[in-house]
Amino acid sequence: MSNSERFVQVRDIWQAYGGRSIIERVNLDVAEGEFVSIVGASGCGKSTFLRLLLADERPVRGMITVDGGAVAREPGRERGVVFQKYSVFPHLTVRENIVVAEGFNTACGWMFGAAKRDARDRADAMLARIGLNHVAGQYPASLSGGMQQRLAIGQALTAKPRVLLLDEPFGALDPGTRLQMHAFLTELRAETKMTVFMVSHDLEEAFKLGDRVLVFDKPRWDPQDPGLYGATITYDFDARDQGLPHQRILDRFPTLAAQNAHARQTEPA
Amino acid sequence: MRLINRIPSRPMALLIAAAPFVAVLIAYAIGSEVRLAANPADKLLPALSTIQETATRLFTEGDRRSGEILLWQDTWASLGRLLGGVGVSAALSLVIGMLIGLLPLVRSALSGFVAVLSMVPPLALLPILFIVFGLGETSKIVLIVIGITPFMTRDLAQRVLDIPHEQLVKAQTLGASSWVIAVRVALPQVLPRLISNMRLSLGSAWLFLIAAEAVAAEVGLGYRIFLVRRYLAMDVILTYVIWITLLAFMLDWLLKQLSRKAFPWMEAGL
Repeated sequence: MSNSERFVQVRDIWQAYGGRSIIERVNLDVAEGEFVSIVGASGCGKSTFLRLLLADERPVRGMITVDGGAVAREPGRERGVVFQKYSVFPHLTVRENIVVAEGFNTACGWMFGAAKRDARDRADAMLARIGLNHVAGQYPASLSGGMQQRLAIGQALTAKPRVLLLDEPFGALDPGTRLQMHAFLTELRAETKMTVFMVSHDLEEAFKLGDRVLVFDKPRWDPQDPGLYGATITYDFDARDQGLPHQRILDRFPTLAAQNAHARQTEPA
Repeated sequence: MRLINRIPSRPMALLIAAAPFVAVLIAYAIGSEVRLAANPADKLLPALSTIQETATRLFTEGDRRSGEILLWQDTWASLGRLLGGVGVSAALSLVIGMLIGLLPLVRSALSGFVAVLSMVPPLALLPILFIVFGLGETSKIVLIVIGITPFMTRDLAQRVLDIPHEQLVKAQTLGASSWVIAVRVALPQVLPRLISNMRLSLGSAWLFLIAAEAVAAEVGLGYRIFLVRRYLAMDVILTYVIWITLLAFMLDWLLKQLSRKAFPWMEAGL
C-alpha cells in the first residue's frame, strides 16, 4: 500500500479505565481523503476511539499516527473536531469564533493590524460559504442548533486540520436540519478532500455520508464480568456506490474486463 | 389555582414589594410614639422626625471644632477601605482561582490549602493583624482580603472547572497554548462570575470593615457608630445604618449594571 493509503495508521490500540477494558486490539488504515463513519451500540467505545484519535486521551497500549508523523501527546491543529455541543465559544460573536481559529495559534492569543484585517476578511468569506454572514455579529446562543453546528464545522475547517473528527455532530438536530447538514457536509468535503472520522448513532447517516462504515462491538463477552473485554472493529463496510460491492472492480483490475468480454464471446449461442 | 402558579401583576408586585418597608416604618413609628409618650426624654427609639433632623444636620453641617462634615469624611474613608479590600480580593482570587481551575499542578498544590484557609475565622485574626500591620489602613484592608478571598477563589476555580471540557479541547485543536486558553477562553467566561462574587462578598466585606473600624480607627462609618454608642445617640446610629445600607445597595446595583453592560453574550440566549 502506498503512503497516502495509510494516511491515518492505528496500530493495536488498547484502552482501559480502571481495569475495565473499553476498546482492544483496534487496527486500522485510512487513506487520505476518506470519510470513515463509526457506528455501534452505546458504550461500545466509539467516542473513546474518537478521543484517542484526537489525542485527548493516550491509549494504554498501541499508537496512532497521521501521515507517518510522531504520536501526538495532546490535541493540536493537525486534528480538528466538532462535538455534539459546546463546540463554539459562547462569549465570542459568530465572526470572532471563526477569527480565533487563526488567532488562537498566535503567541499572545490576539491578532493585530493587517493580520487581523486579513483574518476578518477570510472569516467573512468562510461565513458566506457556510451561510452565516447575516448573523456575523450575533452570539452563538442566539443561533439555532443547526447554525451552531455549521459554525463549529466552519471554525474547525478554518484551522485547516489534516483530519476532521466529528462526534455525533448532528445528534441534537431535528430531521429536516439534519438533511440540510448532510448536504452541507457533502459539499464541503467535495471542496476540501479532507480525511473525516464521524461517530454517529444513525446508521442511515453513516452509510449515506461515509466511504467506509466501521462497526464497534465486543467480540468476546464474559457473562460473569462484562467489563473484562473491550470492543473492537467487528465490521468494516465499503459504503461507496450506495454500499453495493465491487462496482469499481473493473477500474482497479482492467484485465478482468478483457476476460469478461472474452468469456461473453466464447459463450455458446 | 395552585399557589405556585399565582403570579402577581406588575402594580400588585410593586405594592407587595413596598409592604415590608412600610410595615417596618409603621411598627417603628408606633413603638417610638409609645415610648416617647411615657418619657419624652427617651433616647432608645427617637421619633422619625428627630432622625430626619439629625440626618440633615449630619449631612450638611460641619463639625463644631474642625468645620469638616464628619459623615462625608467617614464615608470616603470607609468606602476607600472597602473598595481597596474588595479590589485586592477580586484580583487575587481571579489569578489564583484561574490557576487552580486550569492547571492540574497548581490544583494539586493549592486547592486543599485554600479550602483550609477559608475555614479560618477572619475576625479571630484581627488582633494579629493589628499587631502585625499596626492600627492604620493596612490592617483593615487585610482583614477584608483575608475574609473574602478564600471563598471567592474557591468559587472561581470551580467555575473554571465547570467550563465544558469540549471547549478546552476545541481551543487546543485551534492551536491555543495554555496562556491563550487562560486569557481568551477561561478569563472572559469567569469575569461575569467574578462580578457576581464581588456582589455577594460585599456583605461580608462591610461586616469585616465595621468590625475593624469599631476596634481601632480615627475615622470611618463603623468607628462613628461605635463612638456615639457611648452617648446612646440612637438618631445618629440609625442615620449611619440607613446610610450604610444605601451605600451597599448602590454598590450592588452598580456592579450589576457593569455586568450587564460588559457581558452582552450572557444574555444573548435569553
